[in-house]
Amino acid sequence: MELLQAAFVQLLQPQMLLIIFAGVSAGLLVGAMPGLTATMALAVLLPFTFTMDALQGLVALGAVYMGAIYGGAFAAILVNTPGTPSSIATTFDGYPMAKAGRALEAISAATIASVIGGIVGVIALLLLAPPLARLALLFGPAEYFWVAMLGLTLIASLSGGSLLKGLLGGTIGLLIGTIGVSPIGGETRFTFGLPVLQGGIELIVALIGLFVLPELLMMAARGRGALADVTVGSVARSGFMKMLVEVLSKPGNLVRSCIIGQIIAVIPGAGGSITSLVAYNEAKRASKHPERFGKGAIEGLVASESSNNVMVAGSMVPLLTLGIPGAPPDAIILGVLMLHGLRPGLELFTTSGMLAYGFILSMGLAALAMLPVGLLGGRLIYKAIVKTPYNFLVPGIALITILGTFALRNSITDVLIMFILGMTGFVLKDLGIDSAPIVLGLILGVIAEMGFVQSLLRGAADPYPILKLFQNPLSWVLIVLTILSVASPYVAAHVKRRRDSRNGGTPA
Amino acid sequence: MRTVGSRCFGISILTIIALLGFAMAQFPERPITYIIPFDPGGESDVTARFQEPHLQELLGVPVTVTHRPGGGGAVGWSDFQRTARPDGYELIGLNIPHIVGQPIQRADAGYTTEGFEIITWFHFTPNALIVRADSPFETLDDLIEFASENPQVVTMGGSGTFSANHLEMLRLEQEADVNLTYIPFTGTGPLPAALLGGHVSALMNYTMLGVQLGDQVRVLAVASEERVAALPDAPTFRELGYDIVGGAYRGVAAPVGTPPEIIEVLADAFGQVNEIIRHQQEPLGFVMTHYTGQDAVDLVQRVGEDYGDILRPGE
Repeated sequence: MELLQAAFVQLLQPQMLLIIFAGVSAGLLVGAMPGLTATMALAVLLPFTFTMDALQGLVALGAVYMGAIYGGAFAAILVNTPGTPSSIATTFDGYPMAKAGRALEAISAATIASVIGGIVGVIALLLLAPPLARLALLFGPAEYFWVAMLGLTLIASLSGGSLLKGLLGGTIGLLIGTIGVSPIGGETRFTFGLPVLQGGIELIVALIGLFVLPELLMMAARGRGALADVTVGSVARSGFMKMLVEVLSKPGNLVRSCIIGQIIAVIPGAGGSITSLVAYNEAKRASKHPERFGKGAIEGLVASESSNNVMVAGSMVPLLTLGIPGAPPDAIILGVLMLHGLRPGLELFTTSGMLAYGFILSMGLAALAMLPVGLLGGRLIYKAIVKTPYNFLVPGIALITILGTFALRNSITDVLIMFILGMTGFVLKDLGIDSAPIVLGLILGVIAEMGFVQSLLRGAADPYPILKLFQNPLSWVLIVLTILSVASPYVAAHVKRRRDSRNGGTPA
Repeated sequence: MRTVGSRCFGISILTIIALLGFAMAQFPERPITYIIPFDPGGESDVTARFQEPHLQELLGVPVTVTHRPGGGGAVGWSDFQRTARPDGYELIGLNIPHIVGQPIQRADAGYTTEGFEIITWFHFTPNALIVRADSPFETLDDLIEFASENPQVVTMGGSGTFSANHLEMLRLEQEADVNLTYIPFTGTGPLPAALLGGHVSALMNYTMLGVQLGDQVRVLAVASEERVAALPDAPTFRELGYDIVGGAYRGVAAPVGTPPEIIEVLADAFGQVNEIIRHQQEPLGFVMTHYTGQDAVDLVQRVGEDYGDILRPGE
């Protein structure tokens, strides 16, 4: 406890606070730009941290990371583009809110949810690191396979209308995911002899193509910006207090989303994109008004944003205790730790406690810093978007997304792929196939394939290698959850029918 | 008169020096792009970030690190061979055995092993055989003995298919006449969890991971010629009677046709930088090297021959 206090006091130096604020602001900007990822921001920052001492460097990286994950929400809310993969689910309700003239409210709600999520993650990291680390280790190839299967059941709730069309979208995503060098075996698939396709379709390129481009085409087709109709005077207020009350009035949603975020955060490699989707799905399932989701339900937005910001500190659990980077940005933080001669492990907390606790607490401060930075920044970005006439806005956003797509891998091919996917997405959307299931298939396909093949390989010496998929208790849990997830809408409908008929038959 | 004469002499000497200097200092005169064909955060990227500030200082021009990831490096390399100009202002990071293995394995890798002007191989990360600290395998002999009685039961995780890790395990199988099961993962990231969680019996990865995981693991053997400074207690495979030396070499290359004097300037700069960052990289498990010129080409060839029979089965 004294250590914690001392670690906290060293963060209160003006220089440290400045680093935190600057880091969160920079991260926010990067996150808000589609195509610029948290990983990229940390990589660019890395050389600068060489000149800082270990704690300053880590604090800067942590703040940028936190800011970038949160910044993704702005693009998601204002232009229907997940700025980072972890804000996919934020678009589902954030953008409809913005279209209905509640953009600033959505930003406020996202900010509040992100701050809470960020702080919860820090608290979990401080109090629960050892048990959570043990949980992380339980996930082997078979479990990853079942996690992916569980994830695919989200298609049911992500496909707005027809389940069949959702499944079709998911399959398209799975197929897109097979392009490139296979993760196991190393052979090239569906590259059609083009060396550049060996790299496969990058998730972010697909995100930009499938989410932004159709939206821009829609805007151009309508002849006005989607947000143009919201500039009535009354929405100038951000509705911050109203949102604060609204978000806090549903603590169940917050608690659930944070727990989901924390559990998925410690599974290395699962990452924020799945986190927010799962949290969103569960919020929808638990809601009394699931029909409001996708049309501007604040709960959906809160679930997505709180869960993905839990992940920032949450994924530090396997990193700091075991040296396992759970997400790509964590690998860079691991690099900085190693560079300063700090070996991850529980002894990091005893031998270099000031540093470890300082770093963790700084992420809490970074989460708090998102409040002023985000509300101010959000208002500025919002104004810029609303004040710009649509005939500048649409080409402007198009240009930014092209730049962002190119910057990702310095690849003009990616820009081309983005365009092709965008046009396809536009047509598919017209046919009733949403982008979300496609992206879900793309994310989960690789995880499922890896888990499946690795499980079979592990059973190489067994007569029936496939049984490796069913041997661990955790696999059983995941299988049951998958079955429940698939069956629950039907069971619920069935129960409701029976209750209705019983009520109808024998009136009380 | 005398003063004027000596002054003239002095000026002409200075002019000559300046001219000479000008001729030599022509390269570099504008920013250099240093492409890393892997994602940010990996060993190649982190090393480039170490090098970047020192290269700038030594060369006097900005050095910009950019990324062109995909296909285990192949996307960047094929692009580079197709488009980069041989003027020394575009450089790319190279890896052995990737540039040896991929063109053999894939029909459409899009580049050739020989299509680079290698500046230097600046470091080597030896393979290391790692087990959990509580593993029943106390020594390499324990593991080999168990494996020869129980074919395919020992699962060995590593990074990628036909990677340095995979090839090393195949060599161990040949040398020790055992049958192991290799389980590829995407990169080094997921490996610690796979080992610590008991999902694989051992890892064939690099020395860095052995350093990073500390006393949670035991390094049974390292595939270097001498013991690695950062892991003084880990024996080499050679000490244990297996002629296995291998791992990943990282280096940097320019396009074929780049003038030799430019290559020399760059090789010198990278060599000096290596000495500057040695104290940062060695404790992490890296082995610093400086293979230039023909030595660098020979190294590629030697590795190619070593792995040839494994990579080209039936030839």
